Amino acid sequence: MTQGGHAPAPPAAGSREVSMTIPVAPEMEIVATAQAAALGEYIAMSRDKIDEVKLALVEACINAFEHANCRDEQLHLTFRLGREARGDWLEVEVLDRGRGFDQKAVEPPTPEKTFASHRKRGWGLQIIKSLMDEVDITSGEWGTRIVMRKYK
Amino acid sequence: MSETCKVSAERRGDVAILWTDGYINNQGGEEIAREAYAQLDQGVRALVLNLEKTRIVNSIGISILIEVLEKVMDRKGVLAFCGLTPTIDKTFRIMGLAQYAEIFPTQDEALRKVSAQSA
Repeated sequence: MTQGGHAPAPPAAGSREVSMTIPVAPEMEIVATAQAAALGEYIAMSRDKIDEVKLALVEACINAFEHANCRDEQLHLTFRLGREARGDWLEVEVLDRGRGFDQKAVEPPTPEKTFASHRKRGWGLQIIKSLMDEVDITSGEWGTRIVMRKYK
Repeated sequence: MSETCKVSAERRGDVAILWTDGYINNQGGEEIAREAYAQLDQGVRALVLNLEKTRIVNSIGISILIEVLEKVMDRKGVLAFCGLTPTIDKTFRIMGLAQYAEIFPTQDEALRKVSAQSA
């Protein structure tokens, strides 16, 4: 029994999901993208859409690697497959147990600001939102959870 | 496991073509920058970056490509990209690279255009 915390909720009956944990280490995001690609191929998602999921996942991972300061030095990933009226989907959840961040304090980047300044970073969330169909981000002292979905 | 990007280059007159193969992250971006700056130092006026063997990039790698582009522009040179996957093309447009560098479907088209511009 875990004390002082909440056990993760069990997956819903019949749900199709795969979980994996990756260490905070260089290029581990590529390990995660291999899983996303395999599941995208499983639902016959197009190669270009799989590439979009992979790139969004890379950004979510490197954001956490760089900024989250994960207490357990790991990222917890869950890949889910589902179906609804709009079509089949692949959803990726990236959970870090880091320090969290205030979304309102993140100023959206623009190409003009990027080219005018020495600071060229800070594009991760913008890229994720642009490449995925639905993105939900929650953050607090417990860490950050990004759930992003792509329809087939 | 290594997805590290390999970079090769060939000079054709005032133009250098750089081919990438693999993941353009911070290391891959730095590898491209090193080769691009070496070409500029040798008098090259125009660079064509052919990414047809790269299927994944990240925003750190792209930020280094933006630095390369700025250096080329400072020297009144030309930088063009070709062989981008639709996802990389879209990401370059999101980050504004397409506003400052031209993107071509093929290497031949990129070469024709930059050769004319750098002449």
